[in-house]
Amino acid sequence: MMKNRFNISKNSAGRMTTYIIVIAAWAILEIMLHTGLMSSHMEGLLVPMTYYAIVAVGLNLCVGILGELSLGHAGFMCVGAFSGAIFSMLTVGKMPDGLRYVLALVIGVLISAIAGFLIGIPVLRLNGDYLAIVTLAFGEIIKNIINALYLGVDSKGLHLSFESLTALNLEPDGQILINGAMGVTGTPHDSNFTIAVILLLLSLVIVQNFIDSMDGRAVMSIRDNRIAAESIGIPVTKYKMLAFTISAAIAGMAGVIFSHNIATLQSTSQYFGYNVSIMILVYVVLGGIGSIRGSVIAAAILYLLPELLRGLNKYRMLIYSIVLIAVMIINWAPGAIEKRTVFFDRIRKGIKNGAA
Amino acid sequence: MMSFFTSLVNGLSLGSIYAIIALGYTMVYGIAKMLNFAHGDFIMVGCYIIFVFSSGLGLPPVLAILLAVVLCTVLGVTTERIAYRPLRNAASPLAVLITAIGVSYFLENMALLIFGADTKSFTSVVPWSGLSLFNGELMIQGITIITIGISLLILAVLQLFVHKTKEGQAMLAVSQDRGAAMLMGIDVNKTITLTFAIGSALAAVAGALLASAYPSLTPYTGAMPGIKAFVAAVLGGIGSIPGAMIGGLVLGIIEILSRTYISSQLADAIVFGILVVVLIVRPAGILGKNIQEKV
Amino acid sequence: MKKVCSMLLVVALVSSMLIGCGGASGAKGGGSDTFKIGVIGPLTGGAAAYGTAVQYAAQIAVDEINAAGGINGKQVELKAEDDELDAQKSVNAYNSLKDWGMDMLVGSVTSACSIAVSEESKNDNMFQLTPSGSAADCVKYDNVFRVCFSDPAQGTASAQYIGEHGIASKVGVIYDSSDVYSSGIYQNFADEAANQSFEIVSAEAFTADSKTDFSVQIQKAKDAGAELVFLPIYYTEASLILQQANTMGYKPIFFGCDGLDGILGVENFDTSLAEGAMLLTPFAADADDELTKKFVKTFEEKYDVTPNQFGADAYDAVYAIKAAAEKENVTPDMSLSDMCEAMKKGITEISLDGLTGSGMTWDKSGEPTKGPKAVVIQNGAYVSAQ
Repeated sequence: MMKNRFNISKNSAGRMTTYIIVIAAWAILEIMLHTGLMSSHMEGLLVPMTYYAIVAVGLNLCVGILGELSLGHAGFMCVGAFSGAIFSMLTVGKMPDGLRYVLALVIGVLISAIAGFLIGIPVLRLNGDYLAIVTLAFGEIIKNIINALYLGVDSKGLHLSFESLTALNLEPDGQILINGAMGVTGTPHDSNFTIAVILLLLSLVIVQNFIDSMDGRAVMSIRDNRIAAESIGIPVTKYKMLAFTISAAIAGMAGVIFSHNIATLQSTSQYFGYNVSIMILVYVVLGGIGSIRGSVIAAAILYLLPELLRGLNKYRMLIYSIVLIAVMIINWAPGAIEKRTVFFDRIRKGIKNGAA
Repeated sequence: MMSFFTSLVNGLSLGSIYAIIALGYTMVYGIAKMLNFAHGDFIMVGCYIIFVFSSGLGLPPVLAILLAVVLCTVLGVTTERIAYRPLRNAASPLAVLITAIGVSYFLENMALLIFGADTKSFTSVVPWSGLSLFNGELMIQGITIITIGISLLILAVLQLFVHKTKEGQAMLAVSQDRGAAMLMGIDVNKTITLTFAIGSALAAVAGALLASAYPSLTPYTGAMPGIKAFVAAVLGGIGSIPGAMIGGLVLGIIEILSRTYISSQLADAIVFGILVVVLIVRPAGILGKNIQEKV
Repeated sequence: MKKVCSMLLVVALVSSMLIGCGGASGAKGGGSDTFKIGVIGPLTGGAAAYGTAVQYAAQIAVDEINAAGGINGKQVELKAEDDELDAQKSVNAYNSLKDWGMDMLVGSVTSACSIAVSEESKNDNMFQLTPSGSAADCVKYDNVFRVCFSDPAQGTASAQYIGEHGIASKVGVIYDSSDVYSSGIYQNFADEAANQSFEIVSAEAFTADSKTDFSVQIQKAKDAGAELVFLPIYYTEASLILQQANTMGYKPIFFGCDGLDGILGVENFDTSLAEGAMLLTPFAADADDELTKKFVKTFEEKYDVTPNQFGADAYDAVYAIKAAAEKENVTPDMSLSDMCEAMKKGITEISLDGLTGSGMTWDKSGEPTKGPKAVVIQNGAYVSAQ
């Protein structure tokens, strides 16, 4: 118990540091961008790097603070991406681009929050690995349903089908919004690095404030000991739902950035499958479970790593996997931690042991 | 009506393969308390070994399978020793999960480097073409019968092993309370190594059957069946051996039937939907024991 | 204290990465003495077979061109980047190639990736020639051309071929609903089938997540009495379908598009199963014209696999670039934009005898004009139909 309280106060003290790191990174990168110091390759990586950092922050709220393993966050990203993209496709040219993008964000976040809430009702009744597998199942269900969905709009309103494009019976003037597996094509390119960083900061503020609030402390007490929390009258289900919904909404926000950064959007495994959820989980775990700042840094570095290893061609994913295994063992194995602690202690005598 | 039975047989065939993979998953989970995400890739490794020995070097299929079982066992035990054991007592159970994901990436990319991305066609290890019933209206393939037979045999042997042998009893003890088992003089490390050996050997057998029934082979062959089998293990109650069998069969039959009668595109969504429903009604799976937390 | 140390480490790491990458910028098209051609495709992951085929074939074409003196006397360099079948990574690969100093792009290999990259190449006015991006939207912009047929063209042509030759009256379809190529062809096939004399009796989909067991789809086609099964899919899955249909005792005529080419090259595949299968494809690895023979021989010697239609498209793409560049006297020292304008003009003026068709021409829309060839598999080899 003592240890946890200590962590909370350290979190609030470290809050500003996190914001400063993000803003400083943004400033440096923006300067490099405008002075032409940055390669086009790096330039293209900035937005994806940021939206994966946002999902990682959202997932860390679920895994680190709520203490429930979710393997379905790519599904919430998918919901956000598609709802935002559809809104933009419907209204492009009908309102100023800036306003449309903000509204697309709001809609994407709201719809993925609703999805998170609805999915949370059954999911949060379960525990541990069962909860993990059900979130994985929901992620796959979302992906599969959107993949089989045809959606179009014409003067008579929205048409929806799971059969085929022709079953939509669109008027000749109709516009296809989701073309089954081919997804959405031609979403306007509205996302840029600055907007993505602002949204990252927003999600950081939301999550950090949540952690430091009464609600956040209640959630963490549930994580540490559900029965004890229940016995002092904390409404466990309500708080679990709250944290899970916020987490899903943040993933949805990242989804909107995703869909407005690239012209094609498809609900297939390489973008929204369980593999992507796992990839984001890797960011969270390597960044430190419960450490929001760690998630941001780990997402940025791990997204860049395979890209920067491009020169190694077909060996790069092999190297990535070896690095992943090695880092996990060095960081987490009790044996390795012990050796490391001894090593650090020897260097800095007198400093309290700070084993991670 | 005949088409219903045909679908049922096809479902049983797919389900038996899921079941054998799920048995490996459930043993490892029950005893080592870890989700071995790389299990599906062990299957792929098994397939490639059989492919090399039987199609490449012309060894008889049975010998090739035996070699695959031996090599997969060695691989499983080595992986456990190098990558999983150091993390067994890590502060978070997620550490070993992520490592397993790393192992999975490693095996897939290793296979990609060695064998290339091209699909290899797999020669069935079962030469028997099967039975034709009701004047040819119902065809049961040889591989289907063999698969169902082998999965039942494995189930029986595993049940006997776990309940009747000293090593099996040790496994049960470790799965229930690792600390207490250690105090009773059980070598936990040895027991977990044995579990990985059995799980990996099962993966090789599953690989032989999977690639014989669905004869194509790529570095990603094992990934999706692995995940489906994991779902099957959870559906049946993870940690329970008969549960994995039931979960596998149920999952296979539901998958085939929903593809036949509902929609081939939404079949996966339906399969996962059923998992959700089952877990809401029985939060620990069909045969799982719902252990009440102690205060 | 430890936190601060690790923070410093991270900052050092990131900035070294950024600086390491920053150096390459500014090396834009102009000024160099060689043509730099980039290739983007899935080199790892489930679709790696297509990407590597394109990479290898383009390399063969470039080697041949260089040995014969290059384009307009200038040597050609080739660099391939991986996109793992991910549109975002395809854009990343494009940016990475731009840093390398790419003059022209052969890619992306797959449709969705190609569309995403064309949004970027349009802004840079970079000449893009996709070997196999077949979706209609791939050539939406005027700087993008393609070598393969478009999906609508393939779907329609297949339906017309089956109808006009009276091959079957009941047709079953098995397609991959999670794949742009496959569902694109299917949609147009179904639309055109309404005007033809045959009837689609079963149309069953599978997805990327469930492509091992095809018993249901085959059974439905069988129960519906389909005499012909149309497979607008890639050969990887098709080889499985043929094997499973055989064990189920179902022997219809199989009919496919260019994705089916390569089925005879699947290692260890029993080619007798494909006996009688028909493909509407511009390329067949067993064709006996000199060009194909030479290409297939070099490819097999160098890379130990038989090339498929992706490779053939890429080979033609490089030669189309050569022809267009020579037509308009393009040199590597031109600016990117000038080069693109010249190439855009050049490619509409050439007529290329390539692996995937003789007398291929392009118009401003980006579509190639070439005749689809129907081939039928007999005795384990492709033979021209009719």
